[in-house]
Amino acid sequence: MQVGRKEGNLMHTPTSIDAVQTMLADQGYVCDRALGTVVFLSLSLGRPLFLEGEAGVGKTEIAKALAAALGRRLIRLQCYEGLDASSAVYEWNFPAQMVAIRTAEASGGADRKALQTELFSDDYLIERPLLDAMRPDENGAPVLLIDELDRTDEPFEAFLLEALSDFQVTIPELGTIKAPEPPIVIVTSNRTREVHDALKRRCLYHWVDYPNFDREMEILQARAPEAAAELSREVVAFVQRLRTEDLFKKPGVAETIDWAKCLLALDVLALSPEVIADTLGAILKYQDDIQKLQGSEAKRLLDEAKASLEPA
Amino acid sequence: MPEYAPLELPENPRLAGNITHFARALRRAGLPIGTGRVMDAITAVTKAGFTEKRDFYWTLHACFVSKPEHRAVFAQIFRLYWRDPRYLEHMMAAMLPAVRGVQEDRGAQAAEKRAAEALLDGAGDDIDLPDIEEGGTEIEIDASLTMSAEEQLKTLDFEQMSTEEMAQAKAMLARMALPVDPMPTRRTRVAGLGRIDPARTLRAAMRQGGEMRDLKWKTPRVCYPNLVALCDISGSMSQYSRVVLHFLHAVANAKGAGWAKVHAFTFGTRLTNITRHLAQRDVDAALQAAGAEAQDWEGGTRIGSCLETFNRDWSRRVLGQGAVVLLITDGLDRDDPDALAKQMERLHLSAQRLIWINPLLRWEDFAPRARGIAAMLPHVDSFRAGHSIASIEELAQVISLRDDVGDRDRLLRMITA
Repeated sequence: MQVGRKEGNLMHTPTSIDAVQTMLADQGYVCDRALGTVVFLSLSLGRPLFLEGEAGVGKTEIAKALAAALGRRLIRLQCYEGLDASSAVYEWNFPAQMVAIRTAEASGGADRKALQTELFSDDYLIERPLLDAMRPDENGAPVLLIDELDRTDEPFEAFLLEALSDFQVTIPELGTIKAPEPPIVIVTSNRTREVHDALKRRCLYHWVDYPNFDREMEILQARAPEAAAELSREVVAFVQRLRTEDLFKKPGVAETIDWAKCLLALDVLALSPEVIADTLGAILKYQDDIQKLQGSEAKRLLDEAKASLEPA
Repeated sequence: MPEYAPLELPENPRLAGNITHFARALRRAGLPIGTGRVMDAITAVTKAGFTEKRDFYWTLHACFVSKPEHRAVFAQIFRLYWRDPRYLEHMMAAMLPAVRGVQEDRGAQAAEKRAAEALLDGAGDDIDLPDIEEGGTEIEIDASLTMSAEEQLKTLDFEQMSTEEMAQAKAMLARMALPVDPMPTRRTRVAGLGRIDPARTLRAAMRQGGEMRDLKWKTPRVCYPNLVALCDISGSMSQYSRVVLHFLHAVANAKGAGWAKVHAFTFGTRLTNITRHLAQRDVDAALQAAGAEAQDWEGGTRIGSCLETFNRDWSRRVLGQGAVVLLITDGLDRDDPDALAKQMERLHLSAQRLIWINPLLRWEDFAPRARGIAAMLPHVDSFRAGHSIASIEELAQVISLRDDVGDRDRLLRMITA
């Protein structure tokens, strides 16, 4: 099916899963083999990549890392409820068109046909992310990030189907605009609602999970290299331990990195229950969760986390 | 691709065949996989190469899995299948019921029994329902009702109904709806008046050679909210729960009646999502399937922990986009009232509106003395009775009113007094 698709600018495209992992690692994005595999497939098959997972596990980051690594432009479409075609695809510049009509009238008897062509030309077209991503780019097709798709509603999803399967959008006045080279599409969802199967079917799916201890250590070292190894180990062990607790919102990798940076700013060298109590706001964002860690609970978790570090 | 020897399809027909059979196995286990996906998978495997089992796993995973809950099923079938395809066939028979749950054998037994009987195996129950097999019989009974009898039935407490009255009540409930007012969205539609629509105005002007004759208008589109029902099925509520589930089935299946989606959950000692079952057209089949799924009928109640489960696992997925929550429970809970109050507060914060339906409110001198009730009451938007058809009709009238509080304030004053 996809074999015949034009492969386009393959100069930078990695040729193996290992190459993808190395390429992303160079951008400070540590990914496991599973994620590397889907990214590689998405690049080589020209398929959109659908990433689902809890908030803060690095779904958005991967698009940024990919764009930087491949030297492509990153176009981001942040979804929200009520997102419609005029803010996602294109809009006509209405005030400018009005001015043009009046000018034509003032200058006397404009040719109707010519005016029509002029008003609905690229000059008066405001391009929004989706249309922008279909345009040719000298650096190769851009990376199109459709972020938090679950926030928008079903009609918009249905609209995306055309754009994502054929990589084309239709503007009534101009006709169909087809991407000369399909953009690299990354769709993310926090799963606040189920995205329709028809859309998922057109994408390669991957559930991004919380990383294990070693992977999270690598990520932390890549993203906050100035943190001392000992502190990093304690931070990661504590966060890993925290994720096994019954929390309303478990801390993601983004919170781990934030927290390590907070601790660095406070010149903390080792975790203590007092430090945790002071900086808990960096990892837990719900009052219920913070209350759970009041008093001796934080100390207990810290002791357990430290105990788990011993044999290492 | 220098490291991996690419596998050309025509040279290796067995692999394509095996992937197809693998996809069929997954399909039988309930994963929605079409032919297109199988072809994609074959293409993907040729691209990713075939050197490592791990890569092969994640390649197929990317193509076949589209929901987190399918991951476990995929892993299990992958492990079995790519070891020995014949081994799988032996295993499938044993494994499938666990994977598929009640989906398969539900259809056959649907009309055999009244679902309510199946849901209930408690002794000492007085509503041994008659075997009304055909819908036609029920309609006959309805036709024979005089208006006054119907009126009488409306105010009768569900708990005091005879078997026949109950059957009639259920038939009446099945015809009832829960109308809801739509909410405006940020999208717009063409309208006669409202806001100016510049794009259409200009297009119309262009058809007139640039002469703007009249303005075009647009107005916000509307959409309907979701309804989320949390229904208590513990011992003290069982009679009501069955009636309410009948009603929910009618609401969930009333096409074009408003609600965008109806999500239903039951709870006693644990929370069960029965939304999927309510989608069946036959109410008996739906309730039977729901009953098979919910294991805790007529048990105790642990409202606090069930709400906690809901808040943690479901609230973010079903309470978006302005959902209205119906909480149907008597509030008799023996757990820690503080924990319950905390979970109620969380639920209240995540829902657009939280309406508590409590059948105990039928008693004239009902007072919120139970600790659970006192803990929950401050956190609801509205508190209403739900013991008779008349009270459910009343609910239908007020569900769209934003400022309706039912009996909440009166009872709150009793607590503070």
